[in-house]
Amino acid sequence: MTTTTAPTSVTTQVHRVYIKATPEAIWDAITKSEWTERYGYGGRSEYDLRPGGTYRGFTTDAMRSVGAPDVAVEGEVIETDPPRRLVLSWHFLMDPELAAEGVTRLTYEIEPREGGVTRLTVIHDLEGAPKLSLLLSGGMEDVGAGGGWSWILSDLKSLLETGEPLAGSHHI
Amino acid sequence: MNHDEDRVFKALADPTRRFLLDRLFERDGRTLTELESELEMTRFGVMKHLRLLEDAGLVITRKSGREKLHFLNPVPIRLIHDRWIDKYTERQVSALAELKAKLEEEEA
Repeated sequence: MTTTTAPTSVTTQVHRVYIKATPEAIWDAITKSEWTERYGYGGRSEYDLRPGGTYRGFTTDAMRSVGAPDVAVEGEVIETDPPRRLVLSWHFLMDPELAAEGVTRLTYEIEPREGGVTRLTVIHDLEGAPKLSLLLSGGMEDVGAGGGWSWILSDLKSLLETGEPLAGSHHI
Repeated sequence: MNHDEDRVFKALADPTRRFLLDRLFERDGRTLTELESELEMTRFGVMKHLRLLEDAGLVITRKSGREKLHFLNPVPIRLIHDRWIDKYTERQVSALAELKAKLEEEEA
């Protein structure tokens, strides 16, 4: 039996960021490899954008060189309404212990606001996945697991607004 | 975006609001009634603080049935971290590296 020392009993994580970019640009940044390779964990993505279609997030060369499997995240497209809403089932496969926590549900909400600003909200339903929840809240950043959603979204904002990801973010 | 930063700093500059964020960090998705029960303050007072946190983007509310749930949004704090903290810590590190190089140069 394992006990978790996670400080939280969070079942849903909600992360929101305002980005000076169009909803289409944000949609592309989420769903296309040419963008997903440039921010956050930096892996390639594959989406079959229709209900029931497969979604895969791949690991990077650097991750595989330290023993990670090819596929980091696998899931199914539950709902797709480009460029406004994307709902996925989301199964993290990089680590057997985290994979055993099962399939979670991820929702992206993209809403245009005033002044060319778009509001991106990421809702991750992490019921029954306390360890994954800790990872995605940035609680394992010190051990090299990256800063989770906050870090991914901060990096995405930087990339879309300045053309560059955050300095030093691609060290994983 | 500096206006946004001002609101985050102001929202964080209050112990009650930091307390509310800590409670949401422990357990997210709470109702006003739950949050209120942990503070010796009127419902109206707690609502006021939550409103300020919401305006700063640090708290997000979502409807779940008839209830309004409050969630912690750590992204604005991350943005400040990436914008300010990293900048200064990086500078310190490079300043130390420079100092080391200078001292070693002098020794040689």
